[in-house]
Amino acid sequence: MAGFEFLLQQLVTGIANGMLITLIAIGYTLVYGIIEMINFAHGDVFMLGAFSALTFLQLVGAQAVRRVRNVDQAPSPETYLWLVLAMILAMVFCAALNVMIERFAYRRLRRGGRMAPLISAIGVSFMLQNVGLYWKGASPVNFPRFIPQIDLVKEIGIDSFVRFTTKDLFVIVVTVPLVIALTVFIQRTKLGKAMRATAQDRDAAQLMGIDINRTIALTFLLGGALAGAAGLVSGLYNNTANFQMGFSYGLNSFTAAVLGGIGNLNGAMLGGVFIGVLAALSDGYIDPRWTPVVIFGTLNLVLILRPTGILGQESAERA
Amino acid sequence: MTLQSRPPIGPVVLEIDDIHTYYGNIHALQGVSMNVREHEIVTLLGSNGAGKSTTLRTISGILRPRTGSVTLRGKRIDNVAAHDIVRMGVCQSPEGRHVFPRLTVDENLDMGAFIHSDAQVADDRNRVLTLFPRLRERLKQRAGTLSGGEQQMLAIARAMMGRPTVLLLDEPSMGLSPLLTDVIFDAIKEINATGVTVVVVEQNAQLALSIADRGYVMQTGRIVLTDSAAALTQNETVRKAYLGEG
Repeated sequence: MAGFEFLLQQLVTGIANGMLITLIAIGYTLVYGIIEMINFAHGDVFMLGAFSALTFLQLVGAQAVRRVRNVDQAPSPETYLWLVLAMILAMVFCAALNVMIERFAYRRLRRGGRMAPLISAIGVSFMLQNVGLYWKGASPVNFPRFIPQIDLVKEIGIDSFVRFTTKDLFVIVVTVPLVIALTVFIQRTKLGKAMRATAQDRDAAQLMGIDINRTIALTFLLGGALAGAAGLVSGLYNNTANFQMGFSYGLNSFTAAVLGGIGNLNGAMLGGVFIGVLAALSDGYIDPRWTPVVIFGTLNLVLILRPTGILGQESAERA
Repeated sequence: MTLQSRPPIGPVVLEIDDIHTYYGNIHALQGVSMNVREHEIVTLLGSNGAGKSTTLRTISGILRPRTGSVTLRGKRIDNVAAHDIVRMGVCQSPEGRHVFPRLTVDENLDMGAFIHSDAQVADDRNRVLTLFPRLRERLKQRAGTLSGGEQQMLAIARAMMGRPTVLLLDEPSMGLSPLLTDVIFDAIKEINATGVTVVVVEQNAQLALSIADRGYVMQTGRIVLTDSAAALTQNETVRKAYLGEG
């Protein structure tokens, strides 16, 4: 394989993975932005999103969803319908779960300093992992192959080693609109502005008539919904899920959020794609076993040079 | 704006009865009682740490009094959530302005109108921008980049977007040049003339008394003196302590 094509291949893989990481990173960054708390359970919400989607597809799978037998066989039209339903289900499930976690495990601790909700989040993370363990068992479960792996580069008649498959396309087609929709919601709508206002000055937001608790719940709802979508997409992309996937994906996503500047939405997107590409390049050019070292080494370097992350703002803006 | 055009002073709209508010174990308000009549401008004077801002924050529901009551038009509001008190017509421009620094001026005004979604919001916006024309030139600018005076204008404009019947202003002259202070206080008189009851907390007693109908003087969490603005201006203690005489 020619050197340039190899690089392109790693970039394709990196961007697809990076978009997944972005979806999860947004959940970390939104929550941090509004209550300055790292929601350590977020990765596990993502894992349960994958599990709920998988359970749903298995339930309807027998009659309705015809999985793809050959890697390059197109799925039947009704498969798409069930996939859309699975996506909605995973998003609703994770949104509700995340709102409940905030309501019962964090809200009352909000006044108790920073450590209390943080420790509570670690506890919730353990609980969710054990729910996952109980639900699907300890070994990785196969996520059925609903999305075919057709090489689009060959389809359009270019002879190259680089593969850009329908799966890569699927990840991008799902994640990009979600990220755009979220951005528009936060930038343009009244509730989105209320979220930003609450993040910037909670007391002043109350003086505007904004219900702080509802706004924070909304933040968890949005973050949860994106994690749910990411759960399904990750299952279909990697064809596997396990109860510890929340930890590994969560760690990468959290790193992405911090790298981009935690609390900053654009930072989460930039950080997500950056980490995805960095991991793919390290996998390809160094050794997958070194990839965590590369990722966290880079994180260290960025934080030494820019403690607020790439796009993070100094909090000391003129009051 | 002449005083004759003001609507007549009406019955008591806001009544504060013997409130005690604490910050943890610090007894910040030690039995504050005051009342505000409809269409009045009432000023709350006192030095730093006297409890003026604490009083306003208790009225707005950001702080809860441990005992005592706050009554708005005959309805107890000391147990009502802060965001619901805004819906009852009590809006505040807090001490230190507290505009949303990373929202634009326009978005800050949007947030002021958070509880309203009817067609009147556009009229309200026009009205506050006529009151503070400077803000119109800054609409797309982030509030954090405004000067102190402009931020104060924005904080008052934002509070007006909530259509208050009672407007609470916490130190509107803080850190402003005399010229800008005049602009702000003219605006306050104008707002009051449209029928809004105003409670203004000030360290600049002379200025506050010049526009107020009545005043209360606070010291270490208590009201120590209350009278008409004219009488307070003549009062020996007030002159010595707050008007820089003696």
